Amino acid sequence: MPATTLAATERPDLFVVRRRRSGVLGFLIGNPRITIGGGMLALVVLMAICAPLLATHDPLSLAPWLRARFPSAEHWFGTDMLGRDIYSRVIYGARVSLTVGISVAVLTSVVGLFIGLIAGYLRWADGILMRVMDGLMAIPSILLAVALMALTRGSMVNVIIAVTIADIPRMCRLVRGVVLSAREQPYVEAAVATGTRTHVIIRRHILPNTLAPMIVQATYICASAMIVEAILSFIGAGTPPTTPSWGNIMAEGRALWQIKPFIVFFPAVFLSVTVLAVNLLGDGLRDLLDPRAATRT
Amino acid sequence: MSQTPPVLDVRDLSKTFAIRRSFFGRGGGAVHAVDGISFAIAEGETLGLVGESGCGKSTAGRAILRLTEPTAGEVWLDGERIDGLGAGEMRLKRRDIQVVFQDPYSSLNPRLRARDIVAEPLRNFASAIPGGIEERVADLFDRVGLRPDQMDRFPHEFSGGQRQRLVIARALALKPRVIICDEAVSALDVSVQAQVINLLARLQRETGVAFLFISHDLAVVEHVSHRVAVMYLGRIVEIADKAALYGQPRHPYTQALLSAAPVPDPDGRRDRTILKGEVPSPINRPSGCHFRTRCPSAAAECAKVSPVLRDVGGNHHVACHLVEG
Repeated sequence: MPATTLAATERPDLFVVRRRRSGVLGFLIGNPRITIGGGMLALVVLMAICAPLLATHDPLSLAPWLRARFPSAEHWFGTDMLGRDIYSRVIYGARVSLTVGISVAVLTSVVGLFIGLIAGYLRWADGILMRVMDGLMAIPSILLAVALMALTRGSMVNVIIAVTIADIPRMCRLVRGVVLSAREQPYVEAAVATGTRTHVIIRRHILPNTLAPMIVQATYICASAMIVEAILSFIGAGTPPTTPSWGNIMAEGRALWQIKPFIVFFPAVFLSVTVLAVNLLGDGLRDLLDPRAATRT
Repeated sequence: MSQTPPVLDVRDLSKTFAIRRSFFGRGGGAVHAVDGISFAIAEGETLGLVGESGCGKSTAGRAILRLTEPTAGEVWLDGERIDGLGAGEMRLKRRDIQVVFQDPYSSLNPRLRARDIVAEPLRNFASAIPGGIEERVADLFDRVGLRPDQMDRFPHEFSGGQRQRLVIARALALKPRVIICDEAVSALDVSVQAQVINLLARLQRETGVAFLFISHDLAVVEHVSHRVAVMYLGRIVEIADKAALYGQPRHPYTQALLSAAPVPDPDGRRDRTILKGEVPSPINRPSGCHFRTRCPSAAAECAKVSPVLRDVGGNHHVACHLVEG
């Protein structure tokens, strides 16, 4: 044995391939996408919650004598064509986007999980449910939402319902796929053979498999719902124009886009950053919950 | 042994899978995976079920367990017919018939701790089981040779042999009368195979449980079984006591199968019966005797009449026209 060879105890780096930090800080450093995405999202959430404290003006008060002013010390993001303070409106607009995004994500998860479990577990229901879902999927979700909004009054609740219905098939298909593969697992058959009741099998052996992909999918649905809400508001089929939502602010600034671009610019930046944050968080969670995909870039 | 009533009695069990060939309806044929097999297992007995891949031996096990619904035939467990029972009644019967699958990796839920895996069957029938579940789990761990400190581990923290012990502990938990071992040791190393086989033998002596031991490994089956049944293309072609079957195989297929098994002796040269061709498809099976297309001594009769299993003396049953009995 050459003299330069060190004993194993003297070369710990040989055996500790990847030194992992422990604790919350270590987790945050080890998962930068979750840290950055989650941090940015937390800021937006905080902003939405503290909107009354952060806003400098009433987001609804009109001031026609101050129409379309450039950003100034008084109006940080300028004013729109009715003289309303864009900064305050953008701050309050976060409430609409987050409410819609999170509500749609939660609702699609709950309904998609329910339908997906039934479709994955009951063979006879599968055909019917999945054909309905295929039908829903064949229609572009924005068109479906516009049609649903046309049938109802423009309100935030209706936007949430419309976007949820459009997004349910995605979640449903995901859950069904996971259930179908999980129920073929030998440990599920073994559970059947040991006399485990069906509802216990679903709860103990099948549901845990669906949670990780569902959480990841829910973040993507949350991000896309915020965009769809903004689009619906932008084309006038979303929240009522009186509500300060990012889509509404952009819609109102559209006419002045070439001469006063800041009216569209600020809400657009907030929307992009929020969607980016949610997507980063989703990517981070995907890699964390599915280690096999971690090396994928 | 033949005086006591059988614990498991399988009569003319069949399982066919329909094939959908066209987009509209069932234009296609059917896969006859299991084609009318019959056998009985007595208390404390091990019946080996051998055959090559795809002969239907695993499907037979799954059909007996009702993990797949049998197409025809009867399954009697302890004098009671269990095929056709409703889901609720069948669930109660599952206490008496358990299963050990081939792959100890995938037959354990990776998210559950070892103690919860073994406790699952006990909790399913908690009201019918006297005593605390914790003590029963500890006892089961002891009996399959696992340490009590391993109870809180997850499946991935066990070796293959230990996992199979865990699977066996789970199968034993409800004190079943029959355990179907579907290739139970095939995924293990030879040395670990021996340990698990010895464990099964010891448990059989202690509890009187009967085993249906499904395997493709002739040596393992010879070691564990009291009687052996040989399957070919969904049918049992020969069933006899171990010594008779391995010593004097009567069916041409059994003879060929045994001659193909390796002999642990480098100088031992034997006359091998080499079969020609492939196993026919279970969708388009030959008429009459399924084996006739590859049988070295097939006669004209073999194409016309399906041979039935008949006693050729000494509880040795063969399904072949050419065997004198």
